[in-house]
Amino acid sequence: MEILFASAVGILTAAGIYLILRKRTFPVILGLSLLTYGVNLFLFATGRLMVNAPPVLNKYAEVPYTDPLPQALVLTAIVISFGMTAVVVMIALGAYLSAKDDHIDMVEDTKRAGDDA
Amino acid sequence: MSLFLIAALPFLGALFPALLIRAGRNAAAASAGFTTLLAFIGLLLNAPSVLRGEVVQARLDWLPGLGLNANFYLDGLGLLFAGLILGIGLLIILYARFYLSREDPMGQFYTYLLLFQGAMVGIVLSDNILLLLVFWELTSLSSFLLIGYWKHLPEGRQGARMALAVTGSGGLAMIGGMLMLGHIVGSYDLTVILQQKELIQASPLYLPALILILIGAFTKSAQFPFHFWLPHAMAAPTPVSAYLHSATMVKAGLFLMARMWPVLAGTEAWFYIVATTGLITMVLGAVIALFKDDLKALLAYSTVSHLGLITMLLGFGTKPAAIAAVFHIINHATFKAALFMTAGIIDHSAHTRDIKRLGGLRKLMPITFTIAVIASLSMAGIPPLNGFLSKEMMLEETVHTLWRNSHYLVPALAVFGAMFSAAYSFRYIVHVFLGPQRNDYPAQPHDPEVGLWLAPAFLTVLVVAIGLSPNLLSGPVVSYAAAAVIGDGEVPHFHAKLWHGITIPLMMSGMAITGGILLLWGHPKLAKLWNAAPRPEAKVIFDGVIGGLTRTSQRVTDVLHNGSITRYSAIMLVFTTAISLYAYRTGVAAEATRAVQQAGALPIIGWICLVLATLFIVLNHRNRLLSLVLIGVVGLIVSLSFNYLSAPDLALTQISVEVVTIILMLLALNFLPKDTPVESPVSTRLRDAAIAVTAGTGVGGLIYALMTRDFIVPSISEFHLANSYKGGGGTNVVNVILVDFRGYDTFGEIIVLGIAAMVIFALTEAILGSKVRAYLLNRKPDLPQDGDPHPLMMVIATRVMMPLALTVAAYIFFRGHNLPGGGFIAGLIAAIAMIMQYMASGFGWAAERQRVYYHGIIGSGVLIAATTGMGAWLAGKPFLTSAFGYLHWAPLEEFEWATAALFDLGVFLAVVGAVMLTLESLARLAWQPGMQSEHPMDINPARDDAPTIEKEA
Amino acid sequence: MNHLLIAPVVLPAIVAPFIIMVLRHHLSLQRIFSLASTVVLLAISLVLATQATDGTVQVYELGNWPAPFGIVLVLDRLSALMLLLTSGLALTVVLYSIGSGWDARGRHFHALLQFQLMGILGAFLTGDAFNLFVFFEVLLIASYGLMIHGGGTKRLQAGVQYVVYNLLGSTLFLFALGTIYSVTGTLNMADLAVRVAELSPDDTALLRVGAIMLLLVFAIKAAVLPLHFWLPASYANAPLPVAALFAIMTKVGAYGILRMYTLVFGPDVTATAGLVGDWLLPAAMLTLAVGAIGVLGSREIGRLVAFGAIASMGTLLIAVALFTPQATAAALYYTVHSTLAAALMFLVADLVMERRGGAIIAQRPMAQTGLIASLFFVGAIAMAGMPPLSGFVGKLLVMDAAREHDLIWWIWAVILVGSLVTIIGLARAGSEIFWKSHDASHIDDPEPELAGHDEPAEMEQGDAPTPALPFIACFVLLAGLVLLTIFSGPMMDYTEATAAQLFDPNLYIDAVLKRVEP
Repeated sequence: MEILFASAVGILTAAGIYLILRKRTFPVILGLSLLTYGVNLFLFATGRLMVNAPPVLNKYAEVPYTDPLPQALVLTAIVISFGMTAVVVMIALGAYLSAKDDHIDMVEDTKRAGDDA
Repeated sequence: MSLFLIAALPFLGALFPALLIRAGRNAAAASAGFTTLLAFIGLLLNAPSVLRGEVVQARLDWLPGLGLNANFYLDGLGLLFAGLILGIGLLIILYARFYLSREDPMGQFYTYLLLFQGAMVGIVLSDNILLLLVFWELTSLSSFLLIGYWKHLPEGRQGARMALAVTGSGGLAMIGGMLMLGHIVGSYDLTVILQQKELIQASPLYLPALILILIGAFTKSAQFPFHFWLPHAMAAPTPVSAYLHSATMVKAGLFLMARMWPVLAGTEAWFYIVATTGLITMVLGAVIALFKDDLKALLAYSTVSHLGLITMLLGFGTKPAAIAAVFHIINHATFKAALFMTAGIIDHSAHTRDIKRLGGLRKLMPITFTIAVIASLSMAGIPPLNGFLSKEMMLEETVHTLWRNSHYLVPALAVFGAMFSAAYSFRYIVHVFLGPQRNDYPAQPHDPEVGLWLAPAFLTVLVVAIGLSPNLLSGPVVSYAAAAVIGDGEVPHFHAKLWHGITIPLMMSGMAITGGILLLWGHPKLAKLWNAAPRPEAKVIFDGVIGGLTRTSQRVTDVLHNGSITRYSAIMLVFTTAISLYAYRTGVAAEATRAVQQAGALPIIGWICLVLATLFIVLNHRNRLLSLVLIGVVGLIVSLSFNYLSAPDLALTQISVEVVTIILMLLALNFLPKDTPVESPVSTRLRDAAIAVTAGTGVGGLIYALMTRDFIVPSISEFHLANSYKGGGGTNVVNVILVDFRGYDTFGEIIVLGIAAMVIFALTEAILGSKVRAYLLNRKPDLPQDGDPHPLMMVIATRVMMPLALTVAAYIFFRGHNLPGGGFIAGLIAAIAMIMQYMASGFGWAAERQRVYYHGIIGSGVLIAATTGMGAWLAGKPFLTSAFGYLHWAPLEEFEWATAALFDLGVFLAVVGAVMLTLESLARLAWQPGMQSEHPMDINPARDDAPTIEKEA
Repeated sequence: MNHLLIAPVVLPAIVAPFIIMVLRHHLSLQRIFSLASTVVLLAISLVLATQATDGTVQVYELGNWPAPFGIVLVLDRLSALMLLLTSGLALTVVLYSIGSGWDARGRHFHALLQFQLMGILGAFLTGDAFNLFVFFEVLLIASYGLMIHGGGTKRLQAGVQYVVYNLLGSTLFLFALGTIYSVTGTLNMADLAVRVAELSPDDTALLRVGAIMLLLVFAIKAAVLPLHFWLPASYANAPLPVAALFAIMTKVGAYGILRMYTLVFGPDVTATAGLVGDWLLPAAMLTLAVGAIGVLGSREIGRLVAFGAIASMGTLLIAVALFTPQATAAALYYTVHSTLAAALMFLVADLVMERRGGAIIAQRPMAQTGLIASLFFVGAIAMAGMPPLSGFVGKLLVMDAAREHDLIWWIWAVILVGSLVTIIGLARAGSEIFWKSHDASHIDDPEPELAGHDEPAEMEQGDAPTPALPFIACFVLLAGLVLLTIFSGPMMDYTEATAAQLFDPNLYIDAVLKRVEP
């Protein structure tokens, strides 16, 4: 199972990165969300994988629990990345609306400066 | 007077002119003159003890850790230079008062001048080479301001920048040299360094240090090949030229060589570098000077030549040569400053400095004429003037100098230089003052008011006086200054005579003078030849270099930072992957310690779906809507796998976040183009794919390696499992970690959400405030619209669902502490429920039924969380300490209350507010006129934070 | 337990929502509260700094959970210094933004600024690796808001780039933390230090990957080549007062490197040996070079200052990369200097931008050109590291600290040549902008219609009287630089003590883990 999981993380990351290297904002944002899935799964797996061992204390029986800490961290990460996604979507939208162009690269202002030398 | 005060006075004085200029030009000038005079007197008060051979010191620790201390000391050499700087400074201040015109901002001028003066005094008084560096660079900066004083003249601006570039770079080289010197000796204090001759000259760092320091000195003193900046600095007002570029600043380099003479001089390297450079500079300067028609240019090159002369003398490394050097420093300062001032006077009254347009001024400007004649005869080396004495001594020394075992080279060249020097000195008299009077002067020349000629007159008096009785007037100063230069303890006897009988030097001067006369006689022809001859124009080369440098930098910068974020990201990804790989390879990888678990059918199916969906997205990402839907699918699988791998909280969170995110993106996509065109060529795509696959493989491999190994030490989470119930009062450990163990993280997390909402709101305001609004109002939907924007079924369904959904939210919220759930998930569910209303019934309809504004919700969320955290302070506990207890109600088995729940409420509110505010913003972007409030996605313009139509006008 | 430690985080965290909820429509009140909060923050930082000078390490256990299980705040000399620097800088920025009216050009400026401060201060205080990530996100998302404050096409486009690049950075941060946690099983920095030291030498590879990824995260913040590309466009297109505040953000990266690589992955930790020095030093030198070239090659004043900031980060990181107490002390001194200098230059650049646009070409003189010119001159001196200001002292300190290093000649050459190129670039810009404007023959107006007939508009633009507040802000920063120069002796004593504390991590670890020395 570890192999499946690891490969899934890898594939998500790769896909995300590929899309992030595209030239328009929308695919880049898609790529970012894929990358986010990848990193969240990664972070989650740092507690090692366990099936049927949710970290909800069982008052009646001694049962194994998986590592709760990474789950808490991932939760925080998910929330934060949600906020980030919302912001980047809106800024990208704003940029598109005011530039009528959703290219993510910008051409730097290369106005020739007068030279005194 | 304390040396501190002497060094500080000019800087303090620099304030007054700028302030007093309102009180008039005289006030400004007077204040400048007064402070200078004060400093000068202070210096003279110290003179007696120095002339008794003592060394006056003043020490103050500044940065002992580095060895940079405010230590000053005054010996013969310092006294001589400080005297020149302050004394001539006084004359210049007087002269400038009458030289500058009404338009020139005089306050500025005197401020700059005093800044410069302070820096110069600092150089000659410092007993710490780092401190000396500080003042050294200060002279470069203040002279930059003075040369560029006439901002409107391109020559001024260019000259200033050239001077700064050359002397500044020299200063930087010197920093290196000085640090090395301090490294060799182990101290930056001059008085210490000057004791360490053997140590320094034995060190392997001696040569590099010497060269770097000499670069500093040569650039400052305009030695070949750095001499070219000085003539261009002449664009400065004449007082500046007279002060900086003849009497003081250009002498700073000489001062440094003299200062370092005891420890640096006396070696082969010193002799061949310094003496040769000086010799070349002397000859070259003299020759060029003869062919300059601009008075100031002529004087500038003659200055270069004389600086070369002194440098050469210092380079000889013998005691008499050192004495001669010191003596000539005094003499040159006197006659050259006087000459510059006369040039200024001529320019001032005849409105030209071009020798070709002058001549015959003798009758028109008798006073100026006398001054000029005396000064230039001294420059030519005619007895009985002081210039003759020192030139005599110089020639004397050259005779004894052996250059690559040739006895004749140095003397011959010296005479050659002296010839030209005599020639241009005569030319200054003959071609400007003698000859027939002309009637085509740009302005009618006349002698100036006394204020202008007083200063040069005083200097010429000195010229004559020193010439007649050198030993009486300059003897003590020269010998003690020379003593400081030689630095072997005893004071050399200085004795200059006009007449030694017929000696070789005398014959040499004779040759020089006669040769000079001949050169002047042949000047017209020679000038033709000279102007015909091709020669490198320093300014052109310099401008070429700087211009090229600038253009290259521009190109490099633009190419490097071409605004392509895709390239930036690619570089970052490659770099990160590469260096991580490097880190892995340079480490030791241990064996796997955990067995790999068997995967059932479910995971495999999930894996296949995930991979397929992902690949599909990558391949069809140009179809934006489709890929967005597929993103949802991926998210769904992710949340399922969370659930499968014992993370129910994550599963719930992931799925609810997924829903909101997708809705958000859909709404955004509503404004964006619906598909992505093909732009990057196959090669680029392959490159990107390669990067992506490498990085992905790396990440996959990393997590696999991690999963198959154990913690080196058991994780801290065991504590959390153990204490979740006892200490945190909750059985859902994840939630307890979130709201208790690591509640501080959650606190930060909800603030992130809050900020996100703020940012989005502010952004929407900005967009709606800009001209984009017009576009938004008139844009046509680019997808076919459904006939019925809000189907009845949906409206009814959502309105029924609303209370249900909210109940669910409440339930999720309260069980959160013990079972999967919690404020965040609850918040999202509630938000989704409301979104449904908005979608079904239109934004306006819902907005009208909404009591509180989202800002309030978010703010209160954060505040509740914060105050809950601070509540702990009342109990004397740290921030976010939680308390909890249990209530027993008949129907419910057990109901727990925990301050953590209150904290969770904050989370809930922040989430709801943030999500709704975001969607509201999108809705406002979509609002178009004609939409009734019953229709989807509009707003009621009456709302307070809606943009008013005026904004766009 | 000293509740003052949490105050720098809680205060802005309360003021900001209050502004949002209650004062949403009252700019003047927002200004008062924002200013007051900043002043109080400065006061708190002062108190904390004085508490930290005696070398004690204070620990604040949030939620009353002992380290390493809960999150702790730690105050040592380093964090105290950074707190003081940040709040001092913030005060000037707030003053300037109010005076220049920048804060009125969009919504929620002051709220975002307070949140930004909360993020930065929290990052300096926290003793927990993951919490550091959280506060990085807080300060980042606030900075996104501030960066696009006021809107405008170019600014929004630059904003997208800034956000995307930093999101990549944040992702990397998570990868790094995951790796480190998965190896060591802890997140508390002190605990990490203990466990990393215990790591067996034949199982280092994975930790090294985590460590280097973490370093790269900080390197991105610190704008180290080749991870600096985000900076120029972002800073140049941000509102320049905001860019002035961002001058501290690059330092957050430097702080991260210093903290993590002295405390956890210190120079004498075998597991991560040679991870930093090997490449950080050359990278830092290249950063300085590229920055200096950029200063000379900029056609726009905002970019010019941005590259100046990059160059100063280069110098700073050279000192950091040496990883000796002496070099670290120099680095800390230079940190204070370069923050103040960069901020001053950004503010001056804004004064210019507001009056005549940022292009480095001659235009007709602007209002208060003399005053602004002299401010530019002084700021340039500071930025180029010329005497008499602290830049020169800092440069000498760094060069002096490099003395024992093998690459000493390279380091000296890069620093000296770098400052020469910077000087030439700044002199060029200054003479183009301030001097040439007095030379009627060279004036080339960017907007021809303004040149001739549009005189009244000219009058309004050029000679509009401006409030004194922006200049006061500049002079406060300038005063800071001057004091830093005059009192460089005492300052160095403090930074040397700080460096000593950093290179003896046991104090920190003992304080956090309540270890008693055997």
